[in-house]
This record gives sequence, structure tokens and C-alpha cells, in this order.
Amino acid sequence: MADVELKARRDISDRVREAEHPHSQVVRFGADKPLKLDAGIELAPFQIAYQTYGTLNAARNNAVLVCHALTGDQHVANVHPVTGKSGWWEIMVGPDKPIDTNHYFVICANVVGACMGTTGPASINPNTGLPWGLDFPVVTIRDMVRAQAMLLDHLGIETLFAVTGGSMGGMQVLQWAASYPERVFAALPIACATRHSAQNIAFHEVGRQAIMADPEWRQGRYLIEGADPRRGLAVARMGGHITYLSDAALHRKFGRKFQDRSKPTFSFDADFEVESYLRYQGSSFVERFDANSYLYLTRSMDYFDLAADYDGVLANAFKDVKTRFCVVSFTSDWLFPTVESRAIVHALNATSARVSFAEIVTDKGHDAFLLDEPEFLTIVRAFLGSAGKARGLAGH
Amino acid sequence: MLYRQGNAVTSPDPARAANGVRVDHLLVADMVSPGSRVLDVGCGDGELLQLLERRGVDGRGIEISREGVNASVAKGLAVVQGDADTDLGDYPNDAFDYVVLTQTLQATRRPREVLEHMLRIGRHAIVSFPNFGHWSIRLGLLFGGKMPRTKNLPDTWYTTQNIHFCTIKDFRDLCGDVGAKMERAVAVNFWGKPLRLPAPWWFWNFFGEQAVFLLSRKDQ
Repeated sequence: MADVELKARRDISDRVREAEHPHSQVVRFGADKPLKLDAGIELAPFQIAYQTYGTLNAARNNAVLVCHALTGDQHVANVHPVTGKSGWWEIMVGPDKPIDTNHYFVICANVVGACMGTTGPASINPNTGLPWGLDFPVVTIRDMVRAQAMLLDHLGIETLFAVTGGSMGGMQVLQWAASYPERVFAALPIACATRHSAQNIAFHEVGRQAIMADPEWRQGRYLIEGADPRRGLAVARMGGHITYLSDAALHRKFGRKFQDRSKPTFSFDADFEVESYLRYQGSSFVERFDANSYLYLTRSMDYFDLAADYDGVLANAFKDVKTRFCVVSFTSDWLFPTVESRAIVHALNATSARVSFAEIVTDKGHDAFLLDEPEFLTIVRAFLGSAGKARGLAGH
Repeated sequence: MLYRQGNAVTSPDPARAANGVRVDHLLVADMVSPGSRVLDVGCGDGELLQLLERRGVDGRGIEISREGVNASVAKGLAVVQGDADTDLGDYPNDAFDYVVLTQTLQATRRPREVLEHMLRIGRHAIVSFPNFGHWSIRLGLLFGGKMPRTKNLPDTWYTTQNIHFCTIKDFRDLCGDVGAKMERAVAVNFWGKPLRLPAPWWFWNFFGEQAVFLLSRKDQ
């Protein structure tokens, strides 16, 4: 028991350290440059942790901003410093990959509210010297994008060649095009929507309640009190993970196969492979993620409703936008189904924006955007290629 | 829309010019002024859009088939999945210089509404369609007594997507009904050659295998 407790304490201190002093480049903004949050609060000081790949060209016009999803982080295409696993989008980003780092300067920043080095609830509150916990202000997708814009200002990048991301990352892409259209040459929102559906808010609420029901959560003060709501966060992850897959993919991968046994044990062990898989997903997730961050980031997605900021008319969000768009959805994605992407396309058509829209046939569900889907990869490469030509980038 | 399939590849294809470009595409491309904005409705795999973009046109496309859309997007074209019958309403007035519909009008559920939308969205509309008044079709029905099938329209009546066939004369009447001004019209004969001689409409309607019309709004 003592060993377990010791490990938990070590994990906690590792996580706090990663939140404060991450294995990434960090830019710190002082009291003179606060992040103005939608909640009406000015967050200062705060910091952004980010990774870059490739080289910024002399014209400073080849930057591609990758926006990560809810459970992602800035480690797009390098070995993850905590898990030791490869980056979450190595299939997409790298030399000769669709987002080719031979041509583009790729930036990915940990979003505000997350736990991998950008200020979030696991970071130290300068007023108390203790982790923020629930004293951290609730942040929105627009706040995340504002913070990214401050990072670009810091890096001296006036316009992005492209901004892309899937899921929550796709929401940020749409917000970028709405908030800073003149700074985005090309936008590639993937498997996302302009607002979170009631069903998706409901799933998120289940995840949050699982965390809060864990006695170790301690009203969000677990980092201060040396507790760790691992079980709650793991259950939240398990529930979330199901929504990222599809019935067909689960059936293909696991079916009703038993785990290391030939018949049921008449117990509540993980008899089925799919149970064992989910338990593994849950327990590995808690090693690298902060429970409170999960609350904050799911909340930011719930609050996202782009049209609401523009008198309920989505097309107004993209009025006179010069950005060229490529919207991508996946047939088996039931979290962000194609109909949501179609709404984006309709709004863009109404503003006569230059837009491509492709629906990729796959049974891999929402997670398909992270996987080897050849047609998807081809389309991303071709879209960036033709945009690069229009932008006059070398090698296009 | 890839509805007009089945062109033989073994013998020289009358629907294609020597350089492999579809004859009606060349005729359309010649009607579009360089540097203009074009919406290609039912753009298939983006063949015409590519031809137009090579000529400096800012092109967009709508295509109903997922295969066609993805092939177009993979060529770097700005194409979205959509249905001419339902999705043209999303586009604002005068958004384009030209709205093009090649070999698709006859496959729409409401050709008149589609044409009206085209004339609303674009300052010009360009429409190409197979002429059901062509002599081979007339003879086929007259002597065969069955729904005609030709090399360019090979489907049976029960498999074809083409549900609203018309003749050149029919289309001319529709243009009148929707208040369209005919700026240019070209008919193409059975061998893919444009019938360029000034000829009466009955002649075109008899010898034109397909037709391409450049239209604008009368009130312009």
C-alpha cells in the first residue's frame, strides 16, 4: 500500500513538474500581456508550451499551426516525454508526410487549460503558490485561439499558411478562420462541428461526473492534498474512447472474443477483450493527463457554438473570408457526423468562400483522423499542395 | 455527375478531342473568359475544372458522388459534395461569373429550378446536354419501337439516371420560360464536330448530338 501511495505521489509531482517546466519550448507572458478570457478574467502571468518541426522560411509565410484534440498535446511528431510513445500525428506530420516538414514550419501549442506545459488547472497559481485546481478560470475554444495568436505574435509570424486539426482541434481551426481570417491562408478543419451537440455535451458530462465521483478528486484539490483521482479519470477516458470508435470497428477488432480465457468466469473480471482494452486505455491515460484539465477542456468544447457569436448565423462568422478551406469528415464518425461538416460547407458556400469538402469512407469512427486512411492523407497533401502553389511557396 | 459513362475507349471517342479533352468541355472553356469565377455543378472528377484552372479561372465545383468529390479534392480543386437539386440554394446571388452544368441537366429532378438558380448565382449560365431530338434517337424510337440507346447514352430506361431528357428545341423553350437570354449556342454532331454553320434550329435539333448554351439573365 505504501508503495502504491509513493508511486501516486511521484506521479503527481511529475505531472506538476510537466505543467510548470515541460519538455517543450515555453513562452511566458507577464502581467503586461494578460490573456483576456471570455469569462471576463485576465489570466496573467501565463505560459504556452509548444513544439515546432521544420524551418520557418525567410518570407515567414510557411507556418502551419496544428491544433490538438481534447486528449492530445503539442507532441505531434516526436517521442512523447511522458509516455515514450511516438507523436499522435506522425502519420500526417514529418518529412515527406502530407504536412511535409521539408516545406512547412509546423507549430503545435498545448492549449490553455491543458496539462502539458501551457497554463492550466495543474499549473501553480501565483497568488497561492499551489496548483490552481478549480480556481482556474473556465476557458473557451476562443481563449485557446487567442493564446495561440499571442504565441504567433511572439514568434513573429503574421500569417499562417495553414491551420489544421481534428475534433477539438477542428473547432480551433474554425475559430481561427472566424477570429483572425486575415491571418489564415488555408484552413483544414477535420471531423469537427461549429457547435457541440446535446449528445456530445451529455457524454462529456458523464466523464466529468465520473471524475467528480472519485473520492480522490477532493473537490478538485487532489494535487494539493496528495490524492489522485485515477479511477474517475480512467472511467471518463473509457467512456470517451468508446465515442471515438464505432460499432463496426469494435466488432472488427474485438467481437465477443474472450480475454485469455475460453469461457466466461461468471465474475466481473475483464472477461471480454473489449473490456480489457478499455481498462488499458483508461489506466494508461491517467499516467499523462490531469483530471481537472479533462473537466476544463470538455467544458470548452461544450461551450463552443460559433454561430451564437454571430447572431446565430453561421455564415456571418465567415463573412468576406479570403481563407481557402478543406473540410473533411468520416462516414462512421458518430461524434462529429458528416452532417455537421456539411453545415460548415453550407455556411462557407453562402459567403462564396473557396471550399473543398470530402467525406472519407471508413469504419474507424471519429479516431479515423489519427489513423492511416490513404484517401484522407492524399486529400490533405493535395489541398496543401494547391494552396502552397497559390501562396507561392517554394517546392509547390 | 458521372452519369454519362460507357464511352468506349477502344475506338477514337467522338466525345473527346484529339488531345483527350471532352468536346463539350472545350466548347464550355471557350465560352469562359480568363480570370473569371466559375461554379461547375456536377463536376464529376474535376476534369473541366482542371482545364479551366489551367486557363487562369477561379473554379469551384459541386458533385453528388463521393468518388468524384474525393478525386477532385485530391487534385487540389475546390469541390464539395452536394446535389444540384437541393444545394444551389445555399449560394448567394451573383457569386460567380459563370455557373456551368455539363451533361447533368437531364439527371436533375427539377431542371427548371436548377436553371433558375444558375442564372441567379451566376451572371452567366453554361449548359450542355445530350439532344434527344438527334436523328439517331428519333430513328431508334421510330423503327426500333423501344427507348433509344446510343453510344453516348448506353443505359437502359430502367437503369439510367437521366430522367429529364429534352431536345434542343425544348431547351430553347425553357430558356424563354425562365427569362434567359441566349448569348451563344453550339451543337455538336455525331462525330464530335461543332456544327458551326449558321443553320435553322430544326437542323441543329436533327443533327446536333449534344448542345452547349451560353445564357445570361434577360434583365442584365
